[in-house]
Amino acid sequence: MQSLLAILIPIVSAVILFVLPKANAKQFALISAIISLGVTIASYFVFDINGGEQFSINVPWIEMLGIQFHIGMDGISLLMVFLCNLLMPFIILSAFKDEYSNTKVFYALMLVMQGAMNGVFVAMDMFLYYIFWELALIPAYFLVLRWGTGEARKITIKFFIYTLFGSLFMLVGIIWMAYYGTNGSTDISAIYNLVIDERTQMFLFFAFMLAYAIKIPVFPFHTWQPDTYTSAPAPVTMMLSGIMLKMGLYSIIRWVLPVMPDAVNEYGIYVIILATIGVLYASSIAWVQKDLKRLFAYASLAHVGIIAAGLLTATAIGIQGGLLQMVAHGIYAVGLFYICQIIYRQQQNHVIDKLGGIRLKAPLFAGMYLVILLASVSLPLTNAFPGEFMLLSSIYTFNPWICLFAGSGVILGAMYMLSSYQKVMLGETTGSTNHFHELNFYDKVVLIPIVILIFIFGLFPNSINDLTAPAVDAIINQMQSHTEAININR
Amino acid sequence: MNYSNYIAWIPLLPLAGFLILGLFGRNYLKNSSGIIATILLLASTVLSFFAAYNYFFIDGKIDGIYQSLKPVNYAWLKFTDTLSIDMGITLDPISVMMIVVVSFISLMVHIFSLGYMKGEERFSTYYSFLQLFTFSMLGLVLSSNLFQLYIFWELVGVSSFLLIGYYYDKPSAVAASKKAFIVTRFADLFFLIGILILGFTANTFDFNTLIQSLSAENSTIVAGSFLGTSIITWGLTLIFIGGAGKSAMFPLHIWLPDAMEGPTPVSALIHAATMVVAGVFLVARLFPVFAITDSGALEIVAYVGAFSALFAAIIACTQTDIKRVLAYSTMSQIGYMMFALGISNYGEDGAGYTAGMFHLFTHAFFKSCLFLCAGAVIHFIHSNEMKDMGGLRKYMPITNVAFLFACLAIAGAPPFAGFFSKESILHAAYESNMLIFIIALITSALTAFYVFRLYFSIFWNKEAHLHEIHHGEGTWTMKIPLIILGALSLLAGFIPFGNYVSSDGKIMHGHLDILFSITPVLLSVAGIAYAGYLYIKQTDRPQKIATAIGGIYTAAYKKFYIDEVYIFITEKIIFNLIGRPAAWIDKNIVDGFMNLIGNTTTKISNAIKGLQSGKVQGYALYFFGGVVGLILIFEYLWN
Repeated sequence: MQSLLAILIPIVSAVILFVLPKANAKQFALISAIISLGVTIASYFVFDINGGEQFSINVPWIEMLGIQFHIGMDGISLLMVFLCNLLMPFIILSAFKDEYSNTKVFYALMLVMQGAMNGVFVAMDMFLYYIFWELALIPAYFLVLRWGTGEARKITIKFFIYTLFGSLFMLVGIIWMAYYGTNGSTDISAIYNLVIDERTQMFLFFAFMLAYAIKIPVFPFHTWQPDTYTSAPAPVTMMLSGIMLKMGLYSIIRWVLPVMPDAVNEYGIYVIILATIGVLYASSIAWVQKDLKRLFAYASLAHVGIIAAGLLTATAIGIQGGLLQMVAHGIYAVGLFYICQIIYRQQQNHVIDKLGGIRLKAPLFAGMYLVILLASVSLPLTNAFPGEFMLLSSIYTFNPWICLFAGSGVILGAMYMLSSYQKVMLGETTGSTNHFHELNFYDKVVLIPIVILIFIFGLFPNSINDLTAPAVDAIINQMQSHTEAININR
Repeated sequence: MNYSNYIAWIPLLPLAGFLILGLFGRNYLKNSSGIIATILLLASTVLSFFAAYNYFFIDGKIDGIYQSLKPVNYAWLKFTDTLSIDMGITLDPISVMMIVVVSFISLMVHIFSLGYMKGEERFSTYYSFLQLFTFSMLGLVLSSNLFQLYIFWELVGVSSFLLIGYYYDKPSAVAASKKAFIVTRFADLFFLIGILILGFTANTFDFNTLIQSLSAENSTIVAGSFLGTSIITWGLTLIFIGGAGKSAMFPLHIWLPDAMEGPTPVSALIHAATMVVAGVFLVARLFPVFAITDSGALEIVAYVGAFSALFAAIIACTQTDIKRVLAYSTMSQIGYMMFALGISNYGEDGAGYTAGMFHLFTHAFFKSCLFLCAGAVIHFIHSNEMKDMGGLRKYMPITNVAFLFACLAIAGAPPFAGFFSKESILHAAYESNMLIFIIALITSALTAFYVFRLYFSIFWNKEAHLHEIHHGEGTWTMKIPLIILGALSLLAGFIPFGNYVSSDGKIMHGHLDILFSITPVLLSVAGIAYAGYLYIKQTDRPQKIATAIGGIYTAAYKKFYIDEVYIFITEKIIFNLIGRPAAWIDKNIVDGFMNLIGNTTTKISNAIKGLQSGKVQGYALYFFGGVVGLILIFEYLWN
């Protein structure tokens, strides 16, 4: 039931939004998001950590094709739904001070996106999962197209074609598994029971990974990302970077590692190498960016690269670290892009060279920015540190040299992040920042909880670890039994 | 009283202070924040002394050997089934010695700052940062495992970053804080990988277990090797790089002189007495592994330390900013501690270990004394430059005496504190490595020269032009710490240090050899005399000498151009040769290639006009057509 609510509350709210008067659209969206969060928190308390998949609904759906409407949550799904629903109220609040034309549609699309993303996280039937995956893309596409800045049309088409192109390969993979492997069923149990020979695993692995590499994104499939993040309106950027890219990472855990473990062991190294190159590549590009939002976009690219690499080591530490880091990245990414938006609101741009001395005018803002920034460079006691350390540990056990390169992303991160902070916030004010205002009420309502969350998850990382550990173990066991089954077949 | 009842409060009280002042200081506790912080730290210091008394005199020893106790332990992050990360407290001779030093020096700095920072607009912020630093540093020295140590290691780095950049509207301070953060962070990457190597080799992060399993004679650990060197040596070397970053060893020292942009009491606490010796502490913490497992890494420690000691001493002779002289002096003295550890053995022949830790202990007092005196001078004269000073002994009698005591201590004049610790280092060096011994002797003479150059230039020499003497030497809160630290510069050396701190917990009998001491003492006296000859009165002798040695002087004055090398690497090479081309490639090649594919597709579809009907059904059809096509290709490849 709780799984269904995760999908239905936002989507039903989106429908109701159309009937409501225009003036109340954002308030309504906020209430809906808060209810979703409340339901998720409540379901955490009735969730049995060692109970495997729960809150399930499993009914026949398209019987002709053997597709079930099967949703449910294990610890990993619950964590991802929690992340999505945790961030949504802040994302909506962050837009409270901005006027977006056609408000009703704007918020309705955001809610549909939320519902679809939750759907991706709870779907336990591969075809259903695919439908949610595509469904999440459509509102994102319209949001960037309609409300984006700059060459929104061109950028959106690129974003859309790119991601759609990737999913096409995944769809082929799904269809193959359904009709050649499992006799029609795309249910998770059927998929997990498949014993696929190594050659086919390779094709499936690359088909799936292409979709995910584009979504995450992993170098060199990232070129849609900086443009889209920069062009999209702030709340949409937050959704894309905070939640949507986690769909790709989550999918690696759910659909790649347990289903094609031999291919992961064999070819995972290529993805790890690409991701690591991406870390260094994105970091060095971030350093020369002149626009703050674009800099954060490249920073995000570097940060998720380490997550992708850690997941593909296919170790418990890597997956746990990846999950911790997904939550951490979601929280601070929302913070960073909101910081951009606060600056943009007052300055109508976020060009680094035009800013300066904001700390003199807005010390509280500067303090919050610094905490979020330090989280983004994985400082201990912030939420990004335990995850980063576990990821690097897993990469170390995989290959110490790759660990050295992936780890240097942390240094480079400190370099470009601090340099930009220095230019934007410190020193003397420039002409335009002379009248910079301190945070208003809504800014505080968004940024203060984000800072608190950064510390809570930084101080108590076990709260996440304990929730997901059994599910991660289940994934690892599934991988092992799969590999054994293949060896027996051979 | 059981340690577990109170020991955790030693770091937690400053943490509480940080939270209280950080949250409420700015608005509600503006003027009382200094007092609140000082009282909290006083309590913490009293507890530290109490713990030290208990440990060293009551119950720390079993069968004549100091034990390593672990009164507090809390599982923080489960890693794998067998490997978890704890937060705990370790009590052993070095950690107990360090909490005394850290809390005490921090208390002195807190008291001094009451006067020094009075009237600052961000007074409470300053104190909250000081409390954060003290918490982190105490947590660092009490850490029970490598990982926890790393956490606090980073936290002291952040507090240092925040305090160096305290004057955030001053571009040089901001640049210095960034530089300190990045340089130490760079070193920390190697540290982190070193931790991973040791942690995964021993399958634990806990110090006691780690040391036992890696340094046991019949160790069952099978460590691989890389480039003909054991993986453990690599791990230790990487960890040492981390320590060298924090402790400003060559060539990672470049951040330390710039860090002097922070308020002077901060320099006394962080960049002289406590944080910068964290690298020495780290080597000492893992010393059994360093010493027993193999000596390769320890040799690196020894030579890096010795080189840094000499290198920094040469630069210190030429600097004119009094804080920078002291900064290079700190680097040089830490070099001493490092090579003392580097030449030491474990157990019976561990004289170097005890000597190094002894020097860390005495250095904390006299160096913080020097910095606080410098702070008082800067407070009085409103300048950091030697040329603005002179003849201050008349105006600042207490500072004069305290500074003189500290100078005699660092120069190694008997019976001041530095004499005892430095002699034991020199003795240990003499017995194990002649080259290092000679370097140490030269450095010792240079040290005497540059501190007395400093002393004479400030308190003697010409008469400074004092436009208006609007205040006296400073408030009593500034004088008391100077008096206490000055007295300790004289007295701290009489502690029989070897009875308490040694590499294996047994008593290390130090022996003071009068005959051996003659040479170093004479060299120190020569250094002092030469400084007096050049600087006690205003003459043109220094200028003549500078001209006579020309190039060497300029090179040393320019700090051997190390900063320029770094700027060249980061700005020119990384920024221009990597960052920019990467951005260009991203835009034109990677993205361009993807666009090319896209454009080609569009052109093809344009060529087959009519396909672009614009109708959704049409697109859907092509989409599924594409899927079917791909399936066919898949089928083909797979069969």
